[in-house]
Amino acid sequence: MSQTQPVPSAEGGEVLLEATDLARHFDVSKPWLNRVLERAEKLTLKAVDGVSFTIRRGETLALVGESGCGKSTVARLIVGLYGLTRGRLVFDGQEISDLARRSGRQSAAIRQRFQMIFQDPYASLNPLWRVGTIIGEPLRFFRPEMSSVDRRRRVGELLEQVGMSAADANRYPHEFSGGQRQRISIARALANEPEFMVCDEPTSALDVSVQAQILNLMKDLQQEYGLTYLFISHDMAVVKHMADRIAVMYLGRIAEIAPAEALFATPHHPYSRMLLAAVPSLEGEGRERTTIEGEVPNPVHPPSGCAFHPRCPHANERCRAEVPALIARSDGSEVACHAVEEGRID
Amino acid sequence: MGHKPDGEREPVLSVRHLRVEFPTRHATLVALDDVSFDIAPGEVLGVVGESGAGKSMTGNAVIQLLEPPGHIAGGEIHLAGRRIDDLAEEDFVPLRGRHIGMIFQDPLTSLNPLFSIGDQLVETIRAHLPMNERQARERALALLREVGIPAPETRLDSYPHQFSGGMRQRVVIALALAAEPELIIADEPTTALDVSVQAQILALLKRVCAERGAAVMLVTHDMGVIAETADRVAVMYAGRLIEIGPVNEVIRRPQHPYSEGLMASIPGLAERHERLYQIEGAMPRLAAIPAGCAFNPRCPHAVERCRIERPELLPAGAGQAACWLHDPENPVARRDAPRDTQEVTR
Repeated sequence: MSQTQPVPSAEGGEVLLEATDLARHFDVSKPWLNRVLERAEKLTLKAVDGVSFTIRRGETLALVGESGCGKSTVARLIVGLYGLTRGRLVFDGQEISDLARRSGRQSAAIRQRFQMIFQDPYASLNPLWRVGTIIGEPLRFFRPEMSSVDRRRRVGELLEQVGMSAADANRYPHEFSGGQRQRISIARALANEPEFMVCDEPTSALDVSVQAQILNLMKDLQQEYGLTYLFISHDMAVVKHMADRIAVMYLGRIAEIAPAEALFATPHHPYSRMLLAAVPSLEGEGRERTTIEGEVPNPVHPPSGCAFHPRCPHANERCRAEVPALIARSDGSEVACHAVEEGRID
Repeated sequence: MGHKPDGEREPVLSVRHLRVEFPTRHATLVALDDVSFDIAPGEVLGVVGESGAGKSMTGNAVIQLLEPPGHIAGGEIHLAGRRIDDLAEEDFVPLRGRHIGMIFQDPLTSLNPLFSIGDQLVETIRAHLPMNERQARERALALLREVGIPAPETRLDSYPHQFSGGMRQRVVIALALAAEPELIIADEPTTALDVSVQAQILALLKRVCAERGAAVMLVTHDMGVIAETADRVAVMYAGRLIEIGPVNEVIRRPQHPYSEGLMASIPGLAERHERLYQIEGAMPRLAAIPAGCAFNPRCPHAVERCRIERPELLPAGAGQAACWLHDPENPVARRDAPRDTQEVTR
């Protein structure tokens, strides 16, 4: 799989990011002495274990799942905040699998092409810096030749692009509300005109009316600059609003990946079905909310075979023994489920 | 619970013109301003609003857990016909747990990590009910069974950290129910939980309260949760109650322009619009609540009167809304022009 040229995919758009068999394991064992004294085994948390997907230029791929399913870990692997335990990442034809080990300067050329927006706008902005310094930092790093006058002008432009005023550059983060801070995060991410943005639950900490403002802003920016998004969320309604394609994750693996309309119309994987059915509906009557039995198991000791089998109404012997692989279906979705593959459920 | 002579059931909780103030060095902040509502036995009243709207403050004022220097500065609170807002702390203590149960957002902080859940349940039961250790333990077992903890005999001696998030919240519900209180205040009971577990917990809360005829005040920012669980809903904005009515009415035909905008800004599963409706601006800070109607600077229909005169709760649709659009004598005319193309039909 050595590609130097962008490969056109089935649907025409050129592939911007290709992730193959991503895995990230964390060592969660007790300290050495305790292991010796208590004869405890080494423990590995497989936060992400064999995740593959592609993202085409200009599209929004959403990762959804419950807490602990590994969606945020995937985001951090892509931007190089975590190193890969296994797997390969190719961004626009260039291998970036070792990004986490490269120093900032070495990888500057590639790093400035993608950016990340974090969930918590209170933790992701330095409280001691003025907003102008925060937004100007990526410019100072990636474009050291830029004069401070030009930089100030650019920061002002960025603030106006995200619906704030250029004068806000002189204020501190604590003077702003959660929604405004998330706008500042977005302005910082936009500073170097990235092509690709990894958004890790960008609106989960915000109120619904503010969430609507931020989601609209993100859509406008995507249209204006042709941005590509990896959008991570646990909220199915938000995902439906934003995504072109959706990957449903469960315990470190992708259970189903499908175009957004297809997933919401006919979810195949039993977990996707339950996840959709469990979303509280504003319409209230008409659709009975089914409750999923049980909870997400501890990822340190995941169930054998298909990790979902203890909660799955269709599980059989094979599901308990054998890990299902993603299998493409005719409607453009890929599903990792033995029952779907065997036609036991459709 | 006695019946009034006119046949109307006496409300469990009756709040009249409640006002909560926070004196600060510069000014006295009014955190709750003229809030009035009733909750009938067996009824679930949802209280919604964005952060800072005063929804948690209302719950805390009822149970007298306001953070100093906050205090009740006016109005009355009656619990089952008895005035409770003027009780001294030592007279109020016996009410907590016995007559008013409390469920908080984070089950890990409302359980003591140093005691087994059996001990915590037994302690709570014996503090409120005349039972010996053995009877209390029996009752604790029955409660755990009722809230759906599998094999409660084996879990009684477990510590909170040995439970998953959903199971912990079940234990907290068992604790809140231990003394059969007439009123349960549930403050964001499912916000820390995953969507699949959320459905289980809400169904449980609703069932056990209905069986006991306990009234529930459900404080949440999640309209989906309200739509499924509540009988009536109260919408709060800037410390004021701006609309109250049957849940389906408020969601489908909101009467106050703020509720209308709020409902329209929620992304839905049923339909997909290119843009979400957004209410411009942000909720005012407590130090800068505008004169007249607090929503007037953001309201598409606001006229001069809204900037001067504060509207009372007026009959509107099947409920009440604090908006001059519904003034029976001289209603303000709706202005539909500034609306986005998106309709507000839910």
